[in-house]
Amino acid sequence: MTQLHTDNTARAVSWRPLCERRDLVADSGVVAWLDEAQVALFHLPSTDQGEQLFALENRDPKSGANVIGRGIVGSLKGELVIASPLYKQHFRLKDGSCLEYPEQRLRAWPVRINGDLVEIAEA
Amino acid sequence: MKPGISSIKSETLIIIGNGMVGHHCVEQLIERGAMAHYDIHVYGEERQRAYDRVHLSEYFGGRDAESLALCQPDLYDTHGVHLHLGVQVLDIDRDNQEIITSAGRQRYDRLVLATGSFPFVPPIPGAEGNSRLVYRTLDDLDAIRDAAVSARRGVVVGGGLLGLEAANALKSLGLEAHVVEFAPRLMPVQLDDQGGAALKARIEALGVGVHLNRATSEIVPGEEYAYRMNFNDGEYLETDLIVFSAGIRPQDALARSASLEVGERGGVIIDDDFRSSDPTIYAIGECASWNGSCFGLVAPGYSMARNLALQLVGAQHECFAGADMSTKLKLLGVDVGSIGDAHAATPGAKSYRYIDEANNSYRRLVVSADNSRVIGAVLVGDNSYYDTLLQYAQNGIKLPADPSSLILPLSDGAPTLGADALPDTATLCSCHNVSKGAVCCAIDAGCTDLGELKAQTKAGTGCGGCAALVKQVFEHELSARGVEVDKSLCEHFAHTRQELYDIVRVNRITRFDELLAKHGRGHIGCDICKPAVGSILASCWNQPITDPTLVPLQDTNDTFMANMQKNGTYSIVPRIAGGEITPDKLITLGAVAKKYDLYTKITGGQRIDLFGAQLHQLPDIWGELIDAGFETGHAYGKSLRTVKSCVGSTWCRYGVQDSVGMAIRLENRYKGLRAPHKIKFGVSGCTRECAEAQSKDIGVIATENGWNLYVSGNGGMRPRHAELFATDLDDATLIRYIDRYLMFYVRTADKLQRTSVWRESIEGGLDYLKEVIIEDSLDLAAELEAQMQLVVDRYECEWANALADPEKLKRFRTFVNDQRGDPDIHFVKERGQPRPARASELQLIPVTQEASS
Repeated sequence: MTQLHTDNTARAVSWRPLCERRDLVADSGVVAWLDEAQVALFHLPSTDQGEQLFALENRDPKSGANVIGRGIVGSLKGELVIASPLYKQHFRLKDGSCLEYPEQRLRAWPVRINGDLVEIAEA
Repeated sequence: MKPGISSIKSETLIIIGNGMVGHHCVEQLIERGAMAHYDIHVYGEERQRAYDRVHLSEYFGGRDAESLALCQPDLYDTHGVHLHLGVQVLDIDRDNQEIITSAGRQRYDRLVLATGSFPFVPPIPGAEGNSRLVYRTLDDLDAIRDAAVSARRGVVVGGGLLGLEAANALKSLGLEAHVVEFAPRLMPVQLDDQGGAALKARIEALGVGVHLNRATSEIVPGEEYAYRMNFNDGEYLETDLIVFSAGIRPQDALARSASLEVGERGGVIIDDDFRSSDPTIYAIGECASWNGSCFGLVAPGYSMARNLALQLVGAQHECFAGADMSTKLKLLGVDVGSIGDAHAATPGAKSYRYIDEANNSYRRLVVSADNSRVIGAVLVGDNSYYDTLLQYAQNGIKLPADPSSLILPLSDGAPTLGADALPDTATLCSCHNVSKGAVCCAIDAGCTDLGELKAQTKAGTGCGGCAALVKQVFEHELSARGVEVDKSLCEHFAHTRQELYDIVRVNRITRFDELLAKHGRGHIGCDICKPAVGSILASCWNQPITDPTLVPLQDTNDTFMANMQKNGTYSIVPRIAGGEITPDKLITLGAVAKKYDLYTKITGGQRIDLFGAQLHQLPDIWGELIDAGFETGHAYGKSLRTVKSCVGSTWCRYGVQDSVGMAIRLENRYKGLRAPHKIKFGVSGCTRECAEAQSKDIGVIATENGWNLYVSGNGGMRPRHAELFATDLDDATLIRYIDRYLMFYVRTADKLQRTSVWRESIEGGLDYLKEVIIEDSLDLAAELEAQMQLVVDRYECEWANALADPEKLKRFRTFVNDQRGDPDIHFVKERGQPRPARASELQLIPVTQEASS
């Protein structure tokens, strides 16, 4: 499995449905269950690059609590971020890396809207 | 310098006294590298390490001993200074160069006396116990506090600076305070007759009794109070406690028993280099007598400490040449200032006087015989003139053509000597001898932050009297160098919260994206500006925070209308207005907590907090609570939290008004008001103050005639006593003032600023607030009341609103695609209730299935 991380683009991605589009909340987060994982979904209908959707691991590495999907979406120095609701550290939506603490990192999934469905890929 | 011996501590230096001056000497010695040469021992008689005696009265205003301490607990240890606290030095054996304590003998090579002074208590028959208290140390203050517990009235003997401080302390303990002074006026040393009269009028207006020309002949048991003070003119005054503050005397007992020379009026005689009659012994601070005078202020003491330290490390020091005894302070909230030759004793001196009997303000300017320089001044009622006058006096700045302009009121406030008019040599902070030039040097070396400047130069960290001037010079010099202070909210808004508030109101903006597009940058915002703007929109328009355009702005607590705890679960606090709850409602709370297995705790605000609910459980729980008649308690919001009350006149034999009724009325009026930070109220039914209203943002205390209103108190990390704002109000006026006060706070405070910090940041202080709120000086009262009424009229229980809207309830799902709860939340039982499991306990929890490999 881990080998898949090395090169996403060269490989055909297999998408699977996760939840419905109407489950999303604009400019905020919701959480979906994916096998044994918790996925926080952030839907930004109108950014300067158009509509965007991101999927990050819901577990906050600092507190160990599953709360990332309940943070505030924002942009800092041009990068889209989510602020953890407990200790307020920021994670980049694009890859789950942390602005303040490089050792903290959230797993990120490729995710897309396909008609009425939200689809996720194993990455 | 002797290279090569720096690591050998060749001499023992003993400092007796760990007060402000003794401590300053140690700090200066450490800073100048004296630890390489001296083995330093410090003996302090008190239990506490050195503390800020200048601000002693704040001990009753909520500060504790630790916050008054002058240094971190480990400062002495870190630098290898041996600190002996609670140890009294009994004698000095000069022949053997040893001091004698109860613990034994300790040799010294050099000895510094910094023993300070002690309060003088005139020998009056009958003065003992609670009729012979003094006001000097923390222990003294504890004794006064103990005595005040069962007291109604307190008397201070002595109407000088310290006596008035002590009267303030008694007042802040809730006692009826009186001052008895032997002289014909208050503060006879610093003030002239008219100044004393203005001060007396102001203090009497505050409810403090002032009795002049009174000498106490004896103290006997009283009839209505514990004691009766008989005066030598036949009059008497009864009281429950007496604090003597009739002056201080140098603490020179050790010097006397060691046969050092002492002055006629006491004090260890020192030369210009602080040396006593024994060349190995020095004296500094209030215990030292130089040229026949002792100096009872901290600034000359610090100057002595600094220059002695320089001398002891062999560096160049300045000889002592007397001290400027100018002083400015706030006594019982009244500005009093005295500069130089306040009594115009200099031959040929001329005076200009400004007397305002309507407001009991008084200013006197004393100038030299040739009308060229300021040599003294007296100020009562307004110290905004002080800094400028002091600079004129200290730096010999030539008087303007019309010297009276320096003390006459101007329509736009007091004339200030612009920061650029001061010469570089001008002393800004006399406690730490910081000149304007030193501030400029620090700025040129890269300092752009006021806090940093204070840390580097110590300017403004002694008595604090120069803080405003230091700030003014600092900001002036910064802007002269082209540095601009950035007050932007965040990278998306180049405005302060106050500016954004005005923009939102004036332009009637109701959405974040509109505000961002017209007045900000970018498309998204961030976790700083979103909640701040969310709060502003709620304060202005009070729309439900769960509306789709508002919900992305809220912190998680506001989003889900509950308080997130460390494991991601929430706590729930229904409103229990005034702390009054029916048995049926109490049973409902218990039943709900039991059904959902919630940890239950009584809060400090007379409510009940239910912990441990998962996101998806919140709507069910709230459905049951609302069915039982509860509504949201806003414990999650920056908004009105609780109105704490005592049972008042309904039940209590001491109560004089219905405090519960008023508390419920206030809570129901202001619930739902969103503000820069949380707001707490208290309503007490009598002066016993069981609801602790004086530690709240808004405190209401019943009187025989109505209500006294207190404002801007705080508990928590930085406690602050609320200040008395208005007295004997009827219900309608009380509510009107609170409307205006809260809306003015909402309008002008910074983000996340409690009312206490906001109040301290307001220029003009409490007086200014009274002008705005009570006298309506800004012609704003009607508008503020109308704004509050809009918020009140639009109140709606947020939980009831959300429960009625299936779209809003969709947010309350732990997983949008699965019914289960969060499998990682685990509880264990403790004292019969659930609590979050600790990481170390997780492995003990039985799992039905091994994690798949």
